[in-house]
Amino acid sequence: MLLIHCPYCEEDRPEVEFVYGGEAHIARPLDPATLSDEEWEHYLYIRRNPRGRHHERWRHTHGCGRFFNAVRDTVSDRFEQTYKAGEPRK
Amino acid sequence: MMRFSGLNLIAQAFSGHQSWPEQWPDKAPKAAYDVIIVGAGGHGLGAAYYLAAKYGITNVAVIEKGWLGGGNTGRNTTIIRSNYLYDESAHLYDHAVKLWDGLSQELNYNVMYSKRGVLMLAHNVHDIQSFKRHIHANRLNGVDNEWLSPEECQAYCPPLDISPNARHPVLGGALQRRGGTARHDSVAWGYARKATALGVDIIQNCAVTGIRRGPDGAVLGVETERGFIGAKKIGVSAAGNTSVVMNMAGLQFPLESYPLQALVSEPVKPIFPCVVMSNTVHAYISQSDKGELVIGAGTDQYTSYSQRGAFHIIEHTLAAICEIFPIFTRMRMLRTWGGIVDVTPDRSPILGKTPVQGLYVNCGWGTGGFKATPGAADLLAHTIAHDAPHAINAPFTLDRFRNGRMIDEAAAAAVAH
Repeated sequence: MLLIHCPYCEEDRPEVEFVYGGEAHIARPLDPATLSDEEWEHYLYIRRNPRGRHHERWRHTHGCGRFFNAVRDTVSDRFEQTYKAGEPRK
Repeated sequence: MMRFSGLNLIAQAFSGHQSWPEQWPDKAPKAAYDVIIVGAGGHGLGAAYYLAAKYGITNVAVIEKGWLGGGNTGRNTTIIRSNYLYDESAHLYDHAVKLWDGLSQELNYNVMYSKRGVLMLAHNVHDIQSFKRHIHANRLNGVDNEWLSPEECQAYCPPLDISPNARHPVLGGALQRRGGTARHDSVAWGYARKATALGVDIIQNCAVTGIRRGPDGAVLGVETERGFIGAKKIGVSAAGNTSVVMNMAGLQFPLESYPLQALVSEPVKPIFPCVVMSNTVHAYISQSDKGELVIGAGTDQYTSYSQRGAFHIIEHTLAAICEIFPIFTRMRMLRTWGGIVDVTPDRSPILGKTPVQGLYVNCGWGTGGFKATPGAADLLAHTIAHDAPHAINAPFTLDRFRNGRMIDEAAAAAVAH
């Protein structure tokens, strides 16, 4: 089980308190109606799925309830850092 | 290649089984091949075999970064079934089940396909409605599947607790009698042995590090740890690492890779006659011929390539197993392990051509690729040989995420499968 640092609670808490939220920094298009099929596909379905450094969202569901972002190595599962939602990509 | 037979076995017994010949030689790569398959699991080795056996393309190499059958082929819970809801999926998986039927004879290698039946338990009204819908859809597609009452479920699988006070009451079940299990390692070994006998080279411990493309964009071959190997056609059957391989060709895929765990108990005498799946509480269980209970757990929530998962996932599955089969509460577990599964947004595979000329893909089988091994291999070989998909895999394109023709088995089952 992962130990995850919540940047809002500023505590290391067990993974079962959190829900994974998928790849981070995917902004919802402001005007979906103007998107081409390819752009819409890219927004909805295409994922980087990297072997290594991964930017991802987590939600501290059974804690403060807030979304935040994390950088994790997908080979070792080790967290590099977590940071608050809205902060630039680390 | 030595043909296995009863006489052969007796003859070898006289020399204490010390003179069995090597079953497949480990080859050094040639400069170029007609076709390269990336990934020597059941799907990849099978594709190489069918290319040689059905389409006469024998100048084929299967390149594997680890050892043969060491990925998800050696890590699954060996369940075979084809009771999928949608027509496209039913045709695809039933194609595989039909091939499982004659596979041991065709390969002259015992893959131990055992039609012991796959029983899916219904625990609530939604399950009953969903399973009955599946049963009717399956029967329209010529796939066997039948409804059993709780008493019939227990008669078919005696360790089952069907008491109304159970934590997860059994309200009935859907049984596919042709479903069952096979020995996973034998599938990889059988295909490897027969493919090499037909001229296929299997190159292990040789990771692909790049895909070289010409000025027109078509593939020229693969860069590997042992140098460049040329090929006009490349089939990728790399499961959890598909995104990584596709990135080498400049493609991004609608895939995410998750750890999926399984575990086995200590071996005991035959107690469990079939395969039982409970989607609602997430428990898959069967008994191997060695006597171990083989149990499938769920995926972890986060993407990973670590080939290991969290313990609370196993705890969750074992809690469900102990409630449904109280007889197993004092069994001890022997080993747990994880594999990396590549999951598509609609939980159906991608099997066909890619936007890159000469690059073919077989991926996205998610948590249920083993059952499809012979079918996927056969269809990948067909697609490579004809440069066009077979009617069965034609709907499983990469384009469906753009044009919206999804095959949404995720919504149909509402769980990993």
